[in-house]
Amino acid sequence: MRMPLFRGMKRWGVLLPVLLLSSLLLAACGENSPSILNPAGPVALKESNLFWFILVVATIVFVVVEGLLLYSIVRFRERPNSTQPTQIHGNTTVEIIWTIVPSIFLFVVLVGTIYTMFGLTSFSSTGRPLQVRVVGHQWWWEFDYLNENFVTADEMHIPVGTRVEAQLQSNNVIHSFWVPELFGKTDVIPGHNNMSVFQADRIGEYRAQCTEFCGLQHAHMNFYVVVQSQDDYNAWVTSQQQAAASNPAGQAALAGRTLFVGSGGCQGCHGIVGVNLQDYHHLKGGSDASILVGPNLTHFGSRRQIAGGVLPWDPASCVVVTGSDGQPKIENPGSCGLYQWLKDPQAVKPGNDMNIRPLSDTEIAQLIAYLESLT
Amino acid sequence: MATRTITEGVTIARRRRLSETYIGEWIMTTDHKKIGVMYIVTAFFFFLVGGVDALLIRTQLAVPNGKVLTPEVYNQIFTMHAVTMIFLFIMPMLTGLGNYVVPLMIGARDMAFPRLNAFGYWIILFGGLFLTSSFLFGAAPNAGWFAYAPLTELSGPGTTSCGNAVMCTPGPNMDFWALGILMLGISSISASINFVVTILKLRAPGMSINRMPLFTWMTLITAFLLLFAIPSVTMASILILLDRHLGTHFYQAGFGGDPLLWQHLFWSFGHPEVYILILPAFGIISEVLPVFARKPIFGYTFIAWSGVAIGFLSFTVWAHHMFAVGLPLVAQAFFATSTTLIAIPTAVKIFNWVGTVYGGKLSFKAPMLFALGFIAMFLIGGLNGAALAIVPFDYQVTDTYFVVSHLHYVLFGGSVFGIFAGIFYWFPKITGKLLNERLGQVQFWLMLIGVNVTFFPMHIMGLLGMPRRIYTYPGNLGWNELNLIATIGAFTLGIAFLVFLWNFVITLRSGKEAGTDPWNAFTLEWDTESPPKPYNFLEVPTVRSRRPFYDKKNPETADWKSVTH
Repeated sequence: MRMPLFRGMKRWGVLLPVLLLSSLLLAACGENSPSILNPAGPVALKESNLFWFILVVATIVFVVVEGLLLYSIVRFRERPNSTQPTQIHGNTTVEIIWTIVPSIFLFVVLVGTIYTMFGLTSFSSTGRPLQVRVVGHQWWWEFDYLNENFVTADEMHIPVGTRVEAQLQSNNVIHSFWVPELFGKTDVIPGHNNMSVFQADRIGEYRAQCTEFCGLQHAHMNFYVVVQSQDDYNAWVTSQQQAAASNPAGQAALAGRTLFVGSGGCQGCHGIVGVNLQDYHHLKGGSDASILVGPNLTHFGSRRQIAGGVLPWDPASCVVVTGSDGQPKIENPGSCGLYQWLKDPQAVKPGNDMNIRPLSDTEIAQLIAYLESLT
Repeated sequence: MATRTITEGVTIARRRRLSETYIGEWIMTTDHKKIGVMYIVTAFFFFLVGGVDALLIRTQLAVPNGKVLTPEVYNQIFTMHAVTMIFLFIMPMLTGLGNYVVPLMIGARDMAFPRLNAFGYWIILFGGLFLTSSFLFGAAPNAGWFAYAPLTELSGPGTTSCGNAVMCTPGPNMDFWALGILMLGISSISASINFVVTILKLRAPGMSINRMPLFTWMTLITAFLLLFAIPSVTMASILILLDRHLGTHFYQAGFGGDPLLWQHLFWSFGHPEVYILILPAFGIISEVLPVFARKPIFGYTFIAWSGVAIGFLSFTVWAHHMFAVGLPLVAQAFFATSTTLIAIPTAVKIFNWVGTVYGGKLSFKAPMLFALGFIAMFLIGGLNGAALAIVPFDYQVTDTYFVVSHLHYVLFGGSVFGIFAGIFYWFPKITGKLLNERLGQVQFWLMLIGVNVTFFPMHIMGLLGMPRRIYTYPGNLGWNELNLIATIGAFTLGIAFLVFLWNFVITLRSGKEAGTDPWNAFTLEWDTESPPKPYNFLEVPTVRSRRPFYDKKNPETADWKSVTH
């Protein structure tokens, strides 16, 4: 009876350190991860500091209690010469001690919690706060730069060191706005004007993803926050404020523009300033542009991903060439995400709102040529 | 062949009544032991169903860009995994064990309302089959087990004309959920009323409240929690049904309703529910540990009253599921404080269990292994739970795999280990046969390793930014290895339960006879035959201490001689 148990005990003793060790190793592997332990701004920094704090506290408690348990298991296991144990029913002094000690631990943690919570959005920054309205759609993110007066999707550019006040809105279901390396979650709830305040102190691109289950394609509702120097950011804003060229260069692109407003049926859902929009917020003809279902495409060519981050978008892998029949075609459709998307959006992201008629390869090449021109 | 006596000395053959056939005996029974067995078997059936769901989820997520399940099927499977495990496995399993054991423990002949007891069982069986049958229509609930509105609405607030095609849940999926939950609520309420009355009114002479076994205590507290918590989810479900089918707008912002109403209503049920799932397991552990440590439970009063404290506090912590919804900071501070408070009685319980083990003479039979495993694993679930009460940190990890890890350490490392401690402990009482010890040990080690290999990596996934409830993920985010490890762990757990199934079958066929008291136990259920006769006790015993059967076996050193309670 004793032997297998003793072996078991050793395995148990080995298991936990191995797990802890392997977890550290694995954590080191996650270099590309949107990790909350790699904070790039003051909010995420405060939040991750709390993690290290609770990790230390929890590890102490873990070691003490599991140690006591393991010690008791080994020390008091039944042996041939074991005698009947003393029939102790309890001890009030001990009870009081082990009620008070964890209370103190927990109280310290609670003070740290509340202190950090109330100071979470107090940090120093330069310039005026940037105000962006963030709209959660099913299943993509829209960013409305309120003072700069333009709208974009899938990619949120912010200047480094500037306080950002994101107003979170949804007209459909609940989403959650979260960039792990910059700040924790705030839910985007219909009828509630929630706000997320943060700042990035490091230039770079940060991956983000919706974290409140929002239906069929919850897994494909990503975006990037692109943190730029003030100059780069200003240049980006200026370019975003421009209307699209009414006559794109190249025959294929021109044909694509015709498709966009005509038989392609694109403009029923998508807006392009200078084509079917007079500005970012108004349709030509005066009505509200927000009735359009799909993302605004005015500067689509400058973005890096498609459709809530399902596919990467890189003009270099979608080169439009002239085929043997004299029609434009995509040189290498297999590596062109936008080709796959336009060919069959429902296969790429089942259930999304883009229900389009089948497009021929020529039409797709023309549309891609046009979209590439929208930088 | 049954007979009927017409007059003295004259009997004629008659047809057997339904209640006299083997099947009929079970269908017509009002015996708490038979009903308990039916609860347990039903729960185990649903455990296997929910387990298959879990393996499907882990198979889909084993590698990036998994193609095993379509997104729609994945969403149904992850929802039904939780619904099945919570409402159709853990709850009926604990109710079943309570049904079987509590009347025996307190020296009663049956539950207070035997017919209501049978009613509760049949409702949960049909409710469970109703919920599961949704798969046959390809329309299983698909919005998560907490079914947040307005995702669960039938259609949007008048804006559907311009797209937003999949804005809500147009199919009958969430109707299955809401109606199923209503049925299970009816079952829970009837079982709870029965437990309360049985425990308060039918105890053996001499068994005062503070001499009740701790499993009975925890079952009593759980019953009260259910009585106060179920109405909230019942109301929430009725309102969503009204929204869906009668044109009301309780949860629709566009018409003056509020999506957050759902969350408040649901979680004021949902958090007590978490304790409903774990308190009876606390009780099981508090029965098993003393018997296999050969000494009384340490700090009986503190364990009992910390259970009561948890019961009350569990109604004050619901919004810690909602830290990210944008509540005022003061409200968040309140819920962080109440959540911290509820950790104190939980810590007290853990220390008392360690105190029970300390200084004992430990026999590592299977029930004891599961009980010790419970303490070791539940501690982890408690610690990462305390981390989730740190509001700013919670902003980061809520709705990520960190939470998935936490809740599985509590419900799997806690409730499931507790349930198996209970099954191995009481199986000989229920069937008269001892489960195979060696297979039990194999199962325990597979479970202990499996639970850690599956759920420990999920902490790190969460820290590395992986949200929960996504049906796929790209391969360049450093999540691949962790997910593969978790999948391997999940299949290890699957093997552990196949071992149990095998153990169950061979024990029923050719298991060792248990006798009345195989563990040399302390409480009344062992002071009768295995399995007990329908009337439980030939003579209702008189109780003079917390360990009546120990007293009977050790008259020289009986508790009542030395202890005053």
